Amino acid sequence: MLRTTLLVAALAATFPAVADPDLNALRAEIQALKSNYEARIQALETRLQQTENAAPVALPAAEAAPVQSAGNRFNPDISLILQGGYTHLGNGDKRRITGFMPADHDSTPTRGFSLNGTELVMSASIDPSFRGHLIVALQDEAAEVEEAWFQTTRLGNGFSIKGGRFRSGLGYQNEKHPHAWDFADNTLMYRALFGEAYGNDGLQLKWVAPTDLFLELGAEAGRGANFPGTDRNRNGVGSVALFGHLGGDVGASHSWRGGLSYLQTQARDREASLDDLNAVEGNTLFSGKSKTWVADFVWKWAPEGNASERSFKFSTEYFLRNERGTLLCQDNTSDFGKCDGTEGAYRTQQSGLYAQGVYQFMPRWRTGYRYDRLNTGSVDFGSNNASLNAGNYSPIRHSLMLDYSPSEFSRLRLQYSKDKSMQGLAENQWFVQYVHSLGSHGAHTF
Amino acid sequence: MKRLLALLILLLPLSAHAALNVFACEPEWAALARELGGNDVKVYSAITAMQDPHRIEARPSLIAQMRRADLVVCTGAELEIGWLPILLRDAGNAGVQPGQPGYFEATRFVTLMEKPTRLDRADGDVHASGNPHIHTDPRNIQRVSEALAARLIEIDPAHAAAHRARGVSFSARWNAAMTGWQTRAEPLKGLPVVVQHKSFSYLLNWLEMRTLATLEPKPGVEPSVGYLASVAAQLQETPAKLVLRAAYQSPRPADWLAQRAGIPALALPYTVGGSKRASDLFGLFDDTLDQLLKVAP
Repeated sequence: MLRTTLLVAALAATFPAVADPDLNALRAEIQALKSNYEARIQALETRLQQTENAAPVALPAAEAAPVQSAGNRFNPDISLILQGGYTHLGNGDKRRITGFMPADHDSTPTRGFSLNGTELVMSASIDPSFRGHLIVALQDEAAEVEEAWFQTTRLGNGFSIKGGRFRSGLGYQNEKHPHAWDFADNTLMYRALFGEAYGNDGLQLKWVAPTDLFLELGAEAGRGANFPGTDRNRNGVGSVALFGHLGGDVGASHSWRGGLSYLQTQARDREASLDDLNAVEGNTLFSGKSKTWVADFVWKWAPEGNASERSFKFSTEYFLRNERGTLLCQDNTSDFGKCDGTEGAYRTQQSGLYAQGVYQFMPRWRTGYRYDRLNTGSVDFGSNNASLNAGNYSPIRHSLMLDYSPSEFSRLRLQYSKDKSMQGLAENQWFVQYVHSLGSHGAHTF
Repeated sequence: MKRLLALLILLLPLSAHAALNVFACEPEWAALARELGGNDVKVYSAITAMQDPHRIEARPSLIAQMRRADLVVCTGAELEIGWLPILLRDAGNAGVQPGQPGYFEATRFVTLMEKPTRLDRADGDVHASGNPHIHTDPRNIQRVSEALAARLIEIDPAHAAAHRARGVSFSARWNAAMTGWQTRAEPLKGLPVVVQHKSFSYLLNWLEMRTLATLEPKPGVEPSVGYLASVAAQLQETPAKLVLRAAYQSPRPADWLAQRAGIPALALPYTVGGSKRASDLFGLFDDTLDQLLKVAP
């Protein structure tokens, strides 16, 4: 076909002068053929270009992977949290919650400019059976291992075992590190219960039920060295925690989770300084059992479940703590105190709660309100009632916050709190805070 | 106690014969799993077409579904990095961990576009392995469907023949539909458009349309008014015909620009369920093309 056309074209070129009506018809035909071919060739060219543009089927992975030495390729995911800000607080120098035994790891904010949570997080699969996780809190002259655990990935049937140092699965806020909090400082409840949160060295067994409704049960056994327990230099189990959570969705827009947890631990000579009836500081030592119940509930809303525009989150937790044992108030009579070194029975039942709502009113902007309240409840110092009294004060705090997140990796926050957690003080507190996350994209829990 | 045991024994054989539980991260893979698995699978879609696949909460209900899944079908390429790892970690399901046959990542079976040449968060929420929105090109659906059909046969050998038959039938129907779409889409070639997020790169590449601008200054970063104004100014020089966004994305930036430039803004279904007509994968492309052709010159 092509050959004939070429032949005809060549003939036509050889005899240009011949003006015959037949030849004219032939010329027109050639012209038509020529344009037809041009169109075809163009179509072919476009198709070729298409195939060039179109993605070829599955390139070999080796070609796609960036050049990296084998030593680096297995590095764990690393992310770094930078957190700090400016805090304006009142004068109170002790900053203890009235009526509650101060936890030894109290995360009260410091005044003025400060760094308040630089954390290094690393995680990776260890092998087909385990994954590992490390969180180190970096402070001046210290690096504290907050979490360092392994978790099984191959048990199946909803079971997993975690071992090492980890945040207990009790309650709701407990597993969340400060950078994931919705407010600049800790809730009064968690401050009174654990200082920051309850972490432990031990083992956790967790089971998720094969049901539509989310049901999770967990049990932990650990060293129990942290407040409200103490290190007791003994074999065996120092603390036990049990928890259960239920959760689900209501339509596409609502989801919820609720739970109940129990923690039992023991203390020996747990130190705390309390003001005695003469308002003189007395050093006390508690030995005995501490039992804590926590109930938690979280509800989240987003229109059609799409939280990028607007969303709302409500969370609340309630605790009840019983402590039984003996309390010794060391002799402070030389400082004109009331304590004379008597060891007496000690029995408390205290409770408290927080409730907070955070509303994202437009992309990147959120505002929230938090209500904290603790009840001193009944504190019986036994024979030490003559020198110590927990009083009957209810610490309360109201907090308002506004935060702005330029991206998923950064957040700036302004917070105001009216803090009445210290009897006799009604403090106005201001927080300006930044929370930045560098490195690999960490996933967030519910 | 005896009664409970009896009940458990009664329940056990039931669960053994039940259909394969498929946990699909996105609606497009849920739809594909339904096409390929038919009555032999029970499909759960983690998200709806009205939700942003980048920003999903690791909700308790998702952990409960993950716990029972026999096969997890997700996009991969870090699209679900903010929530899927939590579900996998907390569900205690050994069979669907990455590397197991029960874990299927669609992006492993196609070549990704827009692979960043440098990785820096200053460039926004970049995906290191490339643009993960692969399903907007039907040729990718074809590739993924072949791999997924093979995977279904691998983990559910009891129904291998049925899976194979459905795979072949889907492939034939899909190829026929693609030929139809390609012919119909002829007028869209070279059509200049503006997109809100890089959700449609594969679609536009398939239809040979031209992307003039993206409304997000950086991937995952919301546009400011100033940036939108600069895009509008750019459009005065080189006019676009359309502004495209996915159904789940906020209409504000696209509508603002459309009004400013005097061109229509389209909310494409983006995935199955994104519009009434996009009730399955065929409907998704039918509706997408119809919407585009309606406004094309």
